[in-house]
Amino acid sequence: MKLSWWKCSYFLVAYLMVPKQAFAMHIMEGFLPIEWAIFWWVISIPFIVLGLRSIRKTIEANPETKMMLGLSGAFAFVLSALKIPSVTGSCSHPTGVGLGTVLFGPLAMSVIGTIVLLFQSLLLAHGGLTTLGANAFSMAIVGPFIVYFVFKGAQKIGLSFSLAVFFAAMLGDLGTYVVTSVQLALAFPSEVGGFAASFTKFAGIFALTQIPLAISEGILTVIVMNFLKKYNISELKALRVFSAKEAH
Amino acid sequence: MKRTLLLLAIVVLLAIIPLFIQKGAEFGGADGEAEAAIGEINKDYEPWFESLWEPPSGEIESLLFVLQAAIGAGFIGYFIGYMRGKHKEG
Repeated sequence: MKLSWWKCSYFLVAYLMVPKQAFAMHIMEGFLPIEWAIFWWVISIPFIVLGLRSIRKTIEANPETKMMLGLSGAFAFVLSALKIPSVTGSCSHPTGVGLGTVLFGPLAMSVIGTIVLLFQSLLLAHGGLTTLGANAFSMAIVGPFIVYFVFKGAQKIGLSFSLAVFFAAMLGDLGTYVVTSVQLALAFPSEVGGFAASFTKFAGIFALTQIPLAISEGILTVIVMNFLKKYNISELKALRVFSAKEAH
Repeated sequence: MKRTLLLLAIVVLLAIIPLFIQKGAEFGGADGEAEAAIGEINKDYEPWFESLWEPPSGEIESLLFVLQAAIGAGFIGYFIGYMRGKHKEG
């Protein structure tokens, strides 16, 4: 049993070391056929509208959390600017949406994540305006929702606060890349093998590169959260970040 | 504090180790490589929209990326200092 576990992890590591090319996480400008570009915009816009409302409500109820909202934005800003080398021999960057999601919920992060993406597409030619809807869906909507559900689930099964934050941020980061792969595979199904073949190809490029970065993102989120736990405990309680048991 | 430093060390290691186990790799991440992957699947695909503005060179692109990180890091630093100061007073 123990030996087979070691074998599996050995081959996983070996597999990770096979050189592969990867690309920047966001779908580039003009690289989604127009009908898909519109489709993802239509899906994403309601979340952004609800997100604006959610932020307004939170700030009205707890004005003292404004600084922390700024911190969530700043964290996403920094992390998505860090292109980090990965074991696959290419670079990618984390998303940084986990922190804000645990604090303010997934809808609020749909707004902040979209702002980060807009900045990168306008000033850095990274991602794009036509593909912003699709990129917002993966990074600012699905990512945060994964974070949210993993975090709540981890709390429910009694994991410690730090572990819950770690797994939530890490899986949200990985999930974003899986969604990006799905989006590309839907728009570019392979002639042989269709959607599944394309998905395997894109996911192989994206998700593998992302594994170590997702771990880093989880750790960095825990570090900031530990600080908040020490110095901003009243705001964390106001935002109902803790489970009923931990709040006492 | 000790735990924070240990966690930070893990993050740094996760970024450094790939540089050693993938010595010959390019460590690209460029959008150009995505074009290649899509081109393999669908040879006829032409991007139908161009970026409104592109950084004229790699240097300027890295300047903007650094600015993005610096602005964010600046705010995080301000936040940490502010909250620690407030904590001491209170």
